Amino acid sequence: MKTLLRGDAVSARRPYERPYQAYLYILPGFVIYLVFVLWPIVSTVRYSLTEWTGFTTPRYVGLANYERLAKDEFFWNALGNNAFFVLFYTILPILVALLLTSLMTRRHLRGMTIFRVGLFVPQVMSAVVVGIIWRWMFDYRGPLNSFLREIGLTELARPWLGDFTWAPYAAGLVGTWVEYGLCMVLFIAGVQSISDELYDAARVDGANLWHEFRHVTLPGLQQQLLVAFVVTFIAALRVFDLVFVLTRGGPGRETQVVSMLIYERAFEYHEVGYGAAMALVMTVLIVSVSAITFYVQSRREERENAR
Amino acid sequence: MRVKRRQQAFTYGVLIFFLLIAIMPFVGNILTSFKAKTELSRGLFTLPEQWRTQNYVNAWEGARFNDFFVNSVIVVVPVVVVSTLCSLLSGYAFGLISFPGERLLLLVIVLGLMAPTEAVIIPLWHLMDRLGLRDSYWALILPQIGLSFSFGTFWMRAHFKNMPRDLIDAAVVDGCNTSPFSPRNVLWKILLPLSGPALMSLVVLVFMWTWNEFFLVLVVGGTDYRTLPVGLALLRGRYSADVPVMAAASTIVSLPVIVIYLLFQRSFIRGMISGAVKA
Repeated sequence: MKTLLRGDAVSARRPYERPYQAYLYILPGFVIYLVFVLWPIVSTVRYSLTEWTGFTTPRYVGLANYERLAKDEFFWNALGNNAFFVLFYTILPILVALLLTSLMTRRHLRGMTIFRVGLFVPQVMSAVVVGIIWRWMFDYRGPLNSFLREIGLTELARPWLGDFTWAPYAAGLVGTWVEYGLCMVLFIAGVQSISDELYDAARVDGANLWHEFRHVTLPGLQQQLLVAFVVTFIAALRVFDLVFVLTRGGPGRETQVVSMLIYERAFEYHEVGYGAAMALVMTVLIVSVSAITFYVQSRREERENAR
Repeated sequence: MRVKRRQQAFTYGVLIFFLLIAIMPFVGNILTSFKAKTELSRGLFTLPEQWRTQNYVNAWEGARFNDFFVNSVIVVVPVVVVSTLCSLLSGYAFGLISFPGERLLLLVIVLGLMAPTEAVIIPLWHLMDRLGLRDSYWALILPQIGLSFSFGTFWMRAHFKNMPRDLIDAAVVDGCNTSPFSPRNVLWKILLPLSGPALMSLVVLVFMWTWNEFFLVLVVGGTDYRTLPVGLALLRGRYSADVPVMAAASTIVSLPVIVIYLLFQRSFIRGMISGAVKA
């Protein structure tokens, strides 16, 4: 994946290689990819320039859908909710994991496999199941409220996911729960691969814990931080199933995210062209984030190879 | 020395605490799935008075999770098999053969890796409608092969790129060739036996993604073709408000992935971290 942007020309062709054979190997998968992925992506662009209910004949309207999008308060609300979720999916898990990792010993830990496996569980479970479980946790009669009543904080008990003030936070925290393990696993592995000499040198220079963190740990984790950031950031931008199960975007539109708005427009209101325009904007956002990462990573590799 | 030991203890404390947070909701869910509704108020982590398997029977038969399960299997198996096979072939081409248009083709395939499902879903619905596939398993299988092919090609390409070319040179000297139709092909004879771990990671990842896929199935999967996650999310009727039955259903949905995950955790974690950019 990392070698993508680097030239492949270095590998000289062997005498027995038949370049045309490469196409034969790629063909079977590529045909399916072409028809069911690539062509639909191109069609999304085409659709986004039309006004279409999906049943009548599409009418070409140029960029009208995008003009409408720029002024659509529901779209900006949804995008704002995605941004809000970035706090919970990305910033919070990274900060928590970073803090803990820096406080932990860097020596090899026994039983690390168990921790890694356990911390990754939320990542492999279906988001629908995660949603069902946490919907009950936050339910008015659910475990969280029972606990609050038990310790005498009855007035705090509320239907968290149905509360206009609290629903975004509750839904966001579920995202934090899903993502923090990934960050921890990444950072713990990263810290253990930082050379001891760097820490010793810092100590000789009289560095305190903060300096050590700032000048040794943090730079040493650059790669892992980038991966954690991109993965969780994209998760926050594209979230659908989790929110769908937890709140359906409610109450009102308090937790409605862009992907849900696309679903609503294209498949419930039959505004196919408009939904496609929205989908395209979302795609461009997400692809740019991934592409920037690709670029940064391959640049770094080039620099390291040049050394 | 003492500081070190204290830090060690602290480290374990932190890890155990966060490990518990990660798995407790899942454990609580399993306990809930064996309880009677009347026991719910007694706390999430109390043991059931009686281990009632009736909730599972209700979910399996009453709420039709047996149908959803069958649908899931019918969709997941071909997606995993076909996309792994196609990715093996194309990964070999991209990894070990130089050909004109290589980088352009690869970029085109990477697009599918980075684009979210939303990028394809609207035209996909209409495409399936026009092809008359909308009410069939094909509507769920074909697009997911295409999407997994993107990742798989990338994954296998990276794997083959790391293989020494001398190995293939030697095999060719020994009478192997590179023709896709030959039984003495280097891919089958030499490379495949060395690709076990890479293929295993690919298989388990594609299995998990396909098993858990929600958005695509929600949109193009008709009522009779719902897989487990969609069946769970859209459940209506008497069981949808029955917390223990929903908990049992959640266990049915997640258990196959959890079991495979525990068996192949190394492949899983390695794959998810290095394949992390997959949307």
